[in-house]
Amino acid sequence: MTAFENNIDITEDLIAEHGLSADEYQRVLDIMGRTPTLTELGIFSVMWSEHCSYKSSRLHLKKLPTEAPWVICGPGENAGIIDIGDGQAAIFKMESHNHPSYIEPYQGAATGVGGILRDVFTMGARPVANMNALRFGEPEHPKTRHLLSGVVEGIGGYGNCVGVPTVGGETNFHPSYNGNILVNAMTVGLADADNIFYCAAAGVGNPVVYVGSKTGRDGIHGATMASAEFTEDSEEKRPTVQVGDPFTEKLLIEACLELMQKDAIVAIQDMGAAGLTSSSVEMASKGDVGFELNLNNVPQREEHMTPYEMMLSESQERMLMVLKPGHEGEAEAIFRKWDLDFAVIGEITDTGNLTLTFDGDVVADIPVAPLTDLAPEYDRPWVPSEPKADIKAEDVAAPADLGDALLKMMGSPHLASRKWIWEQYDHMVMGDTIQRPGGDAAMVRVHGTEKGLAISTDCTPRYCYADPVQGGRQAVAETWRNITATGATPLAITNCLNFGNPERPEIMGQFVECLKGMGEACIALDYPVVSGNVSLYNETNGTGIHPTPAIGGVGLIADTSKMTTIAPKAEGEVLVLIGGGQGHLGASLYLDIIESREDGGAPEVDLDKERHYGDFVREQILGSKVSACHDISDGGLLVALTEMSLASSIGFDIDLGDNLPIHAAAFGEDQARYILSVTAAHAEQIVKDAQDENIPASILGKTQGTDLIVKGQMNIPLQQVLDLHRNWMPEYMRAEHSA
Amino acid sequence: MKSAVIVFPASNCDRDMAVALEKITGQAPQMVWHQESELPDVDLVALPGGFSYGDYLRCGAMAARSHIMKAIVDHGNQGKYVFGVCNGFQVLTETGLLPGALMRNRNLKFICKDVTLKVENNDSVFTRQYQHGQLINIPIAHHDGNYFADADTLKRLEDNNQIAVRYVDHNGEATKAANPNGSQHNIAGILNKKGNVLGMMPHPERLIEDALGGTDGRGFFESLMHSLN
Repeated sequence: MTAFENNIDITEDLIAEHGLSADEYQRVLDIMGRTPTLTELGIFSVMWSEHCSYKSSRLHLKKLPTEAPWVICGPGENAGIIDIGDGQAAIFKMESHNHPSYIEPYQGAATGVGGILRDVFTMGARPVANMNALRFGEPEHPKTRHLLSGVVEGIGGYGNCVGVPTVGGETNFHPSYNGNILVNAMTVGLADADNIFYCAAAGVGNPVVYVGSKTGRDGIHGATMASAEFTEDSEEKRPTVQVGDPFTEKLLIEACLELMQKDAIVAIQDMGAAGLTSSSVEMASKGDVGFELNLNNVPQREEHMTPYEMMLSESQERMLMVLKPGHEGEAEAIFRKWDLDFAVIGEITDTGNLTLTFDGDVVADIPVAPLTDLAPEYDRPWVPSEPKADIKAEDVAAPADLGDALLKMMGSPHLASRKWIWEQYDHMVMGDTIQRPGGDAAMVRVHGTEKGLAISTDCTPRYCYADPVQGGRQAVAETWRNITATGATPLAITNCLNFGNPERPEIMGQFVECLKGMGEACIALDYPVVSGNVSLYNETNGTGIHPTPAIGGVGLIADTSKMTTIAPKAEGEVLVLIGGGQGHLGASLYLDIIESREDGGAPEVDLDKERHYGDFVREQILGSKVSACHDISDGGLLVALTEMSLASSIGFDIDLGDNLPIHAAAFGEDQARYILSVTAAHAEQIVKDAQDENIPASILGKTQGTDLIVKGQMNIPLQQVLDLHRNWMPEYMRAEHSA
Repeated sequence: MKSAVIVFPASNCDRDMAVALEKITGQAPQMVWHQESELPDVDLVALPGGFSYGDYLRCGAMAARSHIMKAIVDHGNQGKYVFGVCNGFQVLTETGLLPGALMRNRNLKFICKDVTLKVENNDSVFTRQYQHGQLINIPIAHHDGNYFADADTLKRLEDNNQIAVRYVDHNGEATKAANPNGSQHNIAGILNKKGNVLGMMPHPERLIEDALGGTDGRGFFESLMHSLN
C-alpha cells in the first residue's frame, strides 16, 4: 500500500479533471495564498460545481418571490417551511437525480428519493408524502422501457421500505429526453413549528457528530458529474452512482426524530451531494464558525480510505450534527438503539477555517467564508427564445371522427393511465392518504386533524419550449389550479429547474425566461417559492432537453370533508365549464398526437384570470356546492371530461356548440379553466354567480349512462376508452423483457 | 381488549396498526420493541407491516429470529391471539406459527391496490363480524405475497377450514385474474389450526374509515374486540 499523497503537483490536467476553469483555479490560489493540497482541490471542486454553487443560476434565482406571511423559511436551507396553523408546519422540497438515474435507473432514482427525504427530516419533520416528476424519451427509443421500469422500481423500492407514501406525480415522454431522462423527487413533511432544526453551527468547542451509515467510496464526484454534459462514455461513470439503503434511512428517520424530541441538537445537516464536504462547509458557513475534523474518526466501510475520498464520498444515509455539550451520551444511546453509527469527529473552532486532520497531519485548511462567498457567480450571456408562430384552429384539419380522435388521444403515451406506475408505489401507508394518485392533486390528511395537504407536481415542457415565459407561468399556474380543484388553498411551491447547457445562450435564455414567467405567476397567485433545485447540463452530445421547470405545489384545506375529487358522484349531475375557451391549438397534444406536429405558440396564461377564476371555483367547493372538479389542462376540455368519466365510471351527454371548430372546442388548451360537476339545484346559480363576476361560465350537459356523447359529433362507450386508456402502459411494458 | 404492537427495525405500519386498534377497540396498544424478551400482559399481539430489517434476507426471516419472537411464539402456542399483517404474516410463516411461505409476486413487482377478498372462514375470533362468503375490499401493498405451501399442507388448510380470506373477482370466484400475486389457491390469509393465529397479506388497518376509501377492514378489529371483551 502506498501512503496517501496529499501534497502533489496540481497540474493543468488535474485541475481540468476537477471541472475547474483556469480562472476558477486562480481564485483558489488567491484564497489559499498557496498551492492547494489534493484534498483542498477536491473540496473546491465540488463546492464550486454547478450542482453545489448554482454559479450559473444564482443571479436569476434571486429574482423569484420567496415571501408571504405564512412562509417560515424560504430558500437557502435544506427545505422550505410554511405555517399550516395550530402550531404546525409543512416542510418540503423537490430535487433532481437525473444523471445518476440515466446511468443506473434503479439506484439513481432510489437515492434521489433518499436524498430528498433527508432534506426534509433534517429539519425536524416527519416525511408524510413523496411525489415525483418523471420525463423519459419517446416510447420507441430502445432504452425507454428499461429506464422507466428501473426508475419506477427504484422510487418504489426506497419509498415503500421507509414507509412514506408515494401519493402522486407526473410522467411525460418526449424524444428530447432520449439521452437524458429527468427524475425529480419531492418530499413533504410535517413538523411542530416550534421544533424546527437548521444547519447553522454554533458554540466554539461543541462536538461535531457523524451519524448514520459508514462512509464508502461510492459517489465520489457525483456533484461534478451532475454538472457536466453527458457524452457517449458517460455510462462508464456508473461508479459515481451511489447505492441506496432504505432500511438504514428508515432507522435514521426514527433516530433523528427521537433525538429531536430532546434538547440536544444545535444544528443538523444531511450529507447529500458532495457529502461530508458540503455538509460541514454549509454548517460552518451559516454559523460563521470554523470546523476541525479528525478524519480518522469517520466511520468507514472500506479500508485505507484517503481524506480525499472521505471528503468527496456521496455514501448515502449519513448526517452531521452539532450537539450541545454534554449531550453526546444521550444522543449516542438513541443511535445505538437504532443500530446506527455514531462518532464524534470533531469540534467547532473560532478559526473560521475548515481544518481536516488525518494520521496527525493537517491535510486541508481552508477559510470557509471565501470558499462560499467567493464561489464563482456567472451572468451568462443569453438570448430570448424565438417566438413561435400562432396557429389558427382553421388551419388545423378537423378530425374525420371526433370519437376516433378522442380514443387515439386517451390511449396515447401522453394521456394513458399511469396506474402501472403508481400501483408499484405504496401510496396508502401512514393511513392518511385521502386522495390517491390519478386525480388533480394528491391529498394527505394532517395526522390526527381534519386538515389536509394537497400536493401537485406539474410542468408542460412543450409550452416552455414554445414560449418559455408562458411555459414558466403555466407550470406554476397548473399546480395552483390542481390544488384549487380539490378545494385547498395553494400556499407555496418548490421547484426543480431542469435545463440544458447554460453556456449556450439560447439555453440560458430558456432558463431566464422560464424563471421570469414563474416569478410573475408566483406573485399574481400569492404562491411563493420556498425551496428548489437547479439541474443544468441536461444534454447529450450537444442536444438539450426541453426546458423543464418542474413545480411542486402545496396547499391546505382546513376541513377535509369538503374536499372534491375529479369523480362526479352520480348520474344527472350538471357539468359546468368555468373559464370559456378560445380553442388554442398551438403546442397542444391534439396537434402532437393527431397531426404529428409540435409547432405553434403556447397558450397565453392570463394570471389575473387564473387568480379570479380559481378563487371563484374554490369558493364554490368550500360552499359545498360542487360534487366534483377537474382543471382543464393537457388535451383540453373533452379529455378532462373523459378523465372525470373514467374516475367515476359514469358517462356524459354534452353539447360543445358551434362557436368554434369542433376540434378547437374539444381539444384546445386554453388556460384558467375548470369543469365543475354539480347537482341540478346548484347549476343555474353557479353559472349566474360566475357571470355576475364576469367569469365565463356555461352548462355543457350532464353526467349520464355509460357512453360519452357529444351532441351531433360523438357517441362512444366509456368502456372502449377505458380499455385503451388503461392498457397502453401495461402492454407497452410487457415487451420489456422480450425486446 | 389489551393489545401489543411489535416494532421491528423498519416496521412501517406499526403506527397504522396502533391507530386502527385504538380507534376501533377504544384502547391504545402497547408498542413493544423487538429487543424486549417479554410481552406485556395482553390478549392480542399484532405484527405490523413493513420491511423488518430491510427484508434484505427472505422477508420476515430476520424478524423471526429477533429477541421478542420467543415470547410471541409461546403466546401463540398457549392459544392466545396473534395477528400478522403483510410483513407480519411473512414473519409468522418464518417462525412456523403458520405454515407455508410468501414468495415474490408473480409479476415480480411491488403491488399496491385494493383487492376483493372473500371471507371463507367467519368462525374465528378474527372474522366473526363478517358473513360467511362476504366480499370485502382491502388494499394490498407488497412485493412478496405469493403464498406457497406443499400439496399436503394446502389440503390440510382447505380441509380444516384454515383459509380465512381468498382473492376473488366481483362475483366471488377465485379466478387467476383476481389473484394479484400468484398465491396458491388464491390464498390471502390463513389461520393456524386452533384458529388463534391469523396471518394475511392485505392491510385491513388501511380501510377503517370512509375518508380513506372504505370501512371493510374494521371487521377484523371488531371481531377481536367482541370475541375478547
